[in-house]
Amino acid sequence: MQLLAQVSSETDLYVAQNIFFAVIAVTMIYAAFRVVTTANVVHAALWLVVVLAGVAVQFLFLGAEFVAVTQVLVYIGAVIVLFLFGVMLTRASMGDDETVAGEKRAMAAIVGVLLFAVMAMALVDSFEDTRVDIDQPQGVTEVSDAIFSQYIVPFEAVSVLLLAALIGAIVVARKD
Amino acid sequence: MLLNQFLLLSAVLFCLGVYGVLARKNGMLVLMSVELILNAVNINLVAFGAFRTDVGGSVFALFTIAVAAAEVGIGLAIVLLMYRNRRSIDLTQADLLKG
Repeated sequence: MQLLAQVSSETDLYVAQNIFFAVIAVTMIYAAFRVVTTANVVHAALWLVVVLAGVAVQFLFLGAEFVAVTQVLVYIGAVIVLFLFGVMLTRASMGDDETVAGEKRAMAAIVGVLLFAVMAMALVDSFEDTRVDIDQPQGVTEVSDAIFSQYIVPFEAVSVLLLAALIGAIVVARKD
Repeated sequence: MLLNQFLLLSAVLFCLGVYGVLARKNGMLVLMSVELILNAVNINLVAFGAFRTDVGGSVFALFTIAVAAAEVGIGLAIVLLMYRNRRSIDLTQADLLKG
């Protein structure tokens, strides 16, 4: 037991974190798989909630608490509601719809698998067993200091972009 | 924890999103797959930020979230407009530009 503790302190094994990470990761991958394969559009939106919540948990793992909170607020709070409204406004029936899947699914699957193979090889090759220090959280203070000093110009650009997108969405979607 | 476990998770999400964009023909479902892709990018940004102990990763993840919100707004407006004009959001029928 002591030996095990010694090994884990020497190599930073983070056993509990890794088990939790694996559980969340498997859940996220299954949910993402359901998002892209389910025939029911509403179910796809609800599975997307699971993926987005999992992403928020990963942000917490990495110590980015403000990003995690923003993820929950913006994605799960706003984007999913937008999606559900969109589904309700564009569809009469809420059940399964077999017409949502395209004909070229096999090709798309091949593209996805090949892309993952290339990315996985490149990642494993370049970062082998690089460790990331998860004991140094980036709190709200650091993030806000960085946004309002170093990154003030991109921040203002994003504000203008959001305003433009808002006006653009209204102009595109209004009836006249 | 390994940096690669976050990067590989993000790669899986990215590839599932790419599959969704290519395989789906419902406009709403394509937008949801794009969200998967953007979230994969965010995990990468935050993971590299934590790896370099640089706050820039978190900041740019926040920018990506803002851009994704704008993208969903515009995308849904386009899908709604398409539904109003064509009574369908089947993307294979959006072929007016085809010669």
